[in-house]
Amino acid sequence: MRVTILDYGAGNVPSVERALRRLGAESHRSDSPEGISKADALLLPGVGHYAALVRALDEKHLRAPLLYAIHRGVPFLGICLGLQVLFKSSEEGGQLQGLNLLPGIVSALPPNVKLPHMGWNQLVKKRDSSLLAGVDAGAYFYFAHSYAALDSHGPTAATCSHGAEFAAVIEQNNIYAVQFHPEKSGDSGARVLQNFVRRAA
Amino acid sequence: MTLAHRIIPCLDTDGERVVKGVNFLGLRDAGDPVALAARYNTEGADELVVLDIAASRDRRPTFLETIRCVAAKLAIPLTAGGGIRTLEDGRAVVRAGADKVTVNTAAVERPELISELSREFGAQAVVLAIDAKRAGGHWEVMVRGGRESASLDATEWARMGVAAGAGEILLTSVDRDGTQSGFDVALTVAISRAVTVPVIASGGAKSPQHFVEIFQEGAADAALAASIFHDQVQSIRTLKEFLAASGVAVRFPC
Repeated sequence: MRVTILDYGAGNVPSVERALRRLGAESHRSDSPEGISKADALLLPGVGHYAALVRALDEKHLRAPLLYAIHRGVPFLGICLGLQVLFKSSEEGGQLQGLNLLPGIVSALPPNVKLPHMGWNQLVKKRDSSLLAGVDAGAYFYFAHSYAALDSHGPTAATCSHGAEFAAVIEQNNIYAVQFHPEKSGDSGARVLQNFVRRAA
Repeated sequence: MTLAHRIIPCLDTDGERVVKGVNFLGLRDAGDPVALAARYNTEGADELVVLDIAASRDRRPTFLETIRCVAAKLAIPLTAGGGIRTLEDGRAVVRAGADKVTVNTAAVERPELISELSREFGAQAVVLAIDAKRAGGHWEVMVRGGRESASLDATEWARMGVAAGAGEILLTSVDRDGTQSGFDVALTVAISRAVTVPVIASGGAKSPQHFVEIFQEGAADAALAASIFHDQVQSIRTLKEFLAASGVAVRFPC
């Protein structure tokens, strides 16, 4: 099994690759519809602007193969924007449509706190989570975002709070997603990636 | 459950080796950036900043190689900068493995640089570094390594920078830098209250009490220091234990 990293030009692809390599997991990059169709497991890293990710998916004709792979049951992990794009749309992206795999939309975090939500924060587990297996309850994860899924209840396995409570870990069948950056979150982040790789194997 | 206050070691390099000045002058060699990065990653640093303070054009490839080697050692975020004048300079630093880019003098000269970087990488990846020096009742922005006044009010510049797309401010007190007499609380609180983005306080740190002050009274979101960590005057773990005992939320790696 090797992890196919959707390389749409996001800045954090090399960090994700390094983090997977440290775990001994095999990965390769792809930005082609064929690469996605053949993937055993898919990882969508994302950082920056929501619109850049959605446009890249459409310009590279990756939306359909990605949706098809997820519907077929291929394990998928979304990181940061890779979580946000699973919803219908985002306040950051105007009329641009997300993948619409999960109910709800992505909204701006409230302006009564410093934004971006930048730095290390803790999670509150809402239910059993395979991504968080073996992770300490008080573990910290690195976040860097200003938008979040504030009204995602069903698929949310853990939340975090910064001005408002939002989805930090999502698990629904073969869909996994985290709002934080596991590739930048020290040993706790490595454990989350390892749990995904194991799940995908 | 709260956002932890961050402790950030800073590697001031000449592109290749770590150097550290007192009041931005009198540079001396403090070691190998890759070895220091690996140490801080293990000791519980929350982020790492690597600056090319020489920022000479011909040494740029060396600095990019330093970023690549440092990034390979880290499981925490990396910020890099020094001499970033164009979007292309920023791209090179991100491609080499930095998560965030700092801009300083070039952004004062051409504020659009902030917007260009922010559009391409997102506000969370753009750190506006401000070197501020007290001038009567306010603080002035200094450029060219703290040597020249930009004739710009620091609070005003911080607000403009955030409006242009900076997602964080790295605020260095030129008066305190290298003195080890404590962070500039008045400066930090003024800037932190003026902007909506996180502020990293820098310059003057020595004792653990200085860090408590800058978080509790200075409204800093993160604190940066260099020589006290490099010289092992202060270990990150004991500093964090002191902060936790003083009621400051910090992260301990599990």
